[in-house]
Amino acid sequence: MTPFLELRGVTVRLGRFVLEIAANFDGGWTALFGPSGAGKTTLLEIVAGLRRPDTGRVTMDGRVLNDGAGRGQVPPQRRGIGYVPQDLALFPHLSVRANLDYGRPPGDDDAFFGTVVERLEIGGLLAQRPGALSGGEKQRVAVARALLARPALLLLDEPLTGLDAALRERILPFLQRVRDEFRVPTLYVTHNADEVMALCGRVVVMEAGRVRAEGATRDLFVPREAPGWRLR
Amino acid sequence: MSLDWPAIELSLGAALLAVAINLVPGVALAWLLARRAWPGKALVETVVTLPLVLPPVATGLILLEWLGRRGWIGSWLHAANIDIVFTWKGVVAAMAVMSFPFVVRNARVALEGVSVRVEQVAATLGASSWRVAWTITLPLARRGIVAGAVMAFARALGEFGATILVAGNIPGSTTTISTSIYTAILLGHDAEADALIGVSIALAFAAILVSELLLRERRP
Repeated sequence: MTPFLELRGVTVRLGRFVLEIAANFDGGWTALFGPSGAGKTTLLEIVAGLRRPDTGRVTMDGRVLNDGAGRGQVPPQRRGIGYVPQDLALFPHLSVRANLDYGRPPGDDDAFFGTVVERLEIGGLLAQRPGALSGGEKQRVAVARALLARPALLLLDEPLTGLDAALRERILPFLQRVRDEFRVPTLYVTHNADEVMALCGRVVVMEAGRVRAEGATRDLFVPREAPGWRLR
Repeated sequence: MSLDWPAIELSLGAALLAVAINLVPGVALAWLLARRAWPGKALVETVVTLPLVLPPVATGLILLEWLGRRGWIGSWLHAANIDIVFTWKGVVAAMAVMSFPFVVRNARVALEGVSVRVEQVAATLGASSWRVAWTITLPLARRGIVAGAVMAFARALGEFGATILVAGNIPGSTTTISTSIYTAILLGHDAEADALIGVSIALAFAAILVSELLLRERRP
């Protein structure tokens, strides 16, 4: 079976940091797991088309997005890849409604809009500005905005990092709902093993710019003595 | 005592026109300075700043030489039947050059304040570079751009040194509020000068008021 997303010999040098990646991703939810500084966000930027790798080839669903040969870099607006950065980057001058509409394809049906808004429980926020929202509300709006652009792939950069434990517990079910109902292939960046186990079937473990391990989460993680999970 | 109405009209009209002429190239240049690396950038930055640093009379003299009938720009314009020097167009040219740095510097700071992340996410949502600029970057930078335009307008209204060299001080033709005040003082017409100073203060208040109205938060 050919993988949904394939990175071959992708390298990028950022000062003294070197990212060197070869990895395959299937069509489900895959965690990019590793400590900060491992290059997880850089990898997402390359996949999203926001950063040009020095070498390597990126293909998604048979389509070449980056070709190390130099030419053949598909710009972000033509990739159909949704990106939710860690800081969410909601448009502060637009209402939630206008944020959600921003990436919708022309003639997109309202039923899908209604479903996304309902499943993420943001119907009551449409008239507000992002500045008036709580952290958890912003998070759901950002995910909804990405989903409404009908992406072929979703990139979530540490969506639960920086939220307190109680809020994490409340947002997690929303993410599971997004995973189960919209079935968009997703790369989920995190350094939290519990999130990996709660959301992802597969995991790519990164360290210092390289892939240290990849496989099924059940094979790579074992339960901690205390409730929860840690890396084997 | 009589107010020099032609001078007031010319000052207002020329200052507005100067800012209008500056706005598009000024914001475009500010964007290039804020978001792109290119050879000669430091040089262009310095040249843009020069009118802030040079004595206005020096800038005026350079403009006079360039825009005069034998100047490298003026000879070309004269061939097209356009004369700048000692006409109202000279007033506009002097005001535009003197106020350009205010447009560029304010717009640049404003554009630098717009998060690159926000622009990038707009692109991942399918927006073209133009759409990102129109719907994200410019609206988010608009406070700084408007502030720069207002400062440029104020600078243009107050412009004296470059104007008097490029356009002269021909009553009813190229005399502005500033040069009219100067003439009134020279002639000992203190009341006339005071009245024009009053007009200048009123215009300053009006400019600030307009900018506040432009910047008032629109509710979604």
